[in-house]
Amino acid sequence: MPTVSFTSALRRFLDAPPAEVAGSTVGEALAAVFAERPALRGYVLDDQGAVRRHVAVYVNGLALHDRERLTDAVGPRDDIYVFQALTGG
Amino acid sequence: MSDRLYVGTRKGLFELAPRRGGGWDIAEAHFLGDPVTAILPQPDGALYAALDLGHFGAKLWRRDPGGWREIAVPIYPPKPENAGDDPHPWSLGRIWALEPGGVSGRLWAGTMPGGLFRSDDGGESWALNEPLWHMPQRRQWMGVAGGEQPGISTVLVDPRNPADIRIGVSTAGMWASTDTGASWSLINQGMYNEYMPPDLQGDPIAQDIHRLAHCPARPEIVWCQHHNGVFRSENGGANWHELTAVRPSKFGFAVAAHPRNPDTAWFVPAVKDERRIPVDAKVVVARTRDGGESFEVLSRGLPHRHAYDLVWRHALAVDDTGERLAFGSTTGGLWTSNDAGEAWTALDARLPPVAVVRFAAG
Repeated sequence: MPTVSFTSALRRFLDAPPAEVAGSTVGEALAAVFAERPALRGYVLDDQGAVRRHVAVYVNGLALHDRERLTDAVGPRDDIYVFQALTGG
Repeated sequence: MSDRLYVGTRKGLFELAPRRGGGWDIAEAHFLGDPVTAILPQPDGALYAALDLGHFGAKLWRRDPGGWREIAVPIYPPKPENAGDDPHPWSLGRIWALEPGGVSGRLWAGTMPGGLFRSDDGGESWALNEPLWHMPQRRQWMGVAGGEQPGISTVLVDPRNPADIRIGVSTAGMWASTDTGASWSLINQGMYNEYMPPDLQGDPIAQDIHRLAHCPARPEIVWCQHHNGVFRSENGGANWHELTAVRPSKFGFAVAAHPRNPDTAWFVPAVKDERRIPVDAKVVVARTRDGGESFEVLSRGLPHRHAYDLVWRHALAVDDTGERLAFGSTTGGLWTSNDAGEAWTALDARLPPVAVVRFAAG
């Protein structure tokens, strides 16, 4: 099963430990995580279900291609990493 | 008289208590490091704080006797396929105005990109006001400084009738509903916006309303700090006249209305409009006590030289006695008055940029 990991920057707001979840796309894998932790969804995705503008999602070290619908395919040994794209001051 | 003052800043919410002998001290700091965009203290002691986490979106927290708890935020509905010509996103940008609805449990939230939301359960759930959101004219709403999105900066609920709601939009004029939001109309006549093309300057929807405030005891009296002037209405915002006597300048963002006296209001003027600093680098408050016929420039206790503080829309507040005032600035200054603005005391702190200042109710 793919592994989903989250930036430690989220720990200030809520728990987001790494999880091995079922899913053949990034969207399915994230949905499986959010099913367990519903509050986490709004921190990662916007109201339309797209990745938040200042959140980055990488699969095996490469940036997610489809940030709107999260259709990028993932396999059982893939690593999905969710972190923040730094902004501000 | 309020014994708590809440100050929402770029990096946290500060809770202030009166100091013996005058002035205020910071009693507690909450959400350190997080931008606070709206605050609502309720008479029952509940306190709401809206955050804009930047990376992770807008959040809403409520403090009850048990402590702080994250509650629901307004969420926009799925954007339909045929809404492709809508220039604005269907996703919560910022909670910019948070007001009690005059009915137990009811709250209104004004947001960017322009949605008005209602909760009837103290913020546990929210519903988009669809009639306003689906008005065809919303396509003409324009974004505000610092962002591309329009925003509802003010929600005024008539204390006599909770069905009577008026909102100020940056930038789309003033909208009113007399049926709890079931229908809306654009009402503001008599304003002008001098940065618009000439044939649009008088159009109500083109009015850059920075902030509205009504007199709670006489809510038909409404004051407006507009992008290019100060205006007053005596009929709930339907007709406006400009208050040309305002000094030292007519530009600014904030306005506070006296809770009972319909002729008294306070403003914090600045140089218009590309520079946005105090006139002559002196921080002053402009007060009228005669309905805007004349203004006094109040400066005792405020910085007299090399002060570059700007006061945002929600960063000036008056308490329910009309005696206590507070305002905070973009450079982290915070000043309070116990005598309706005659004299001011600076908070002994270097705060982050101040977005919102609000007294506890009662």
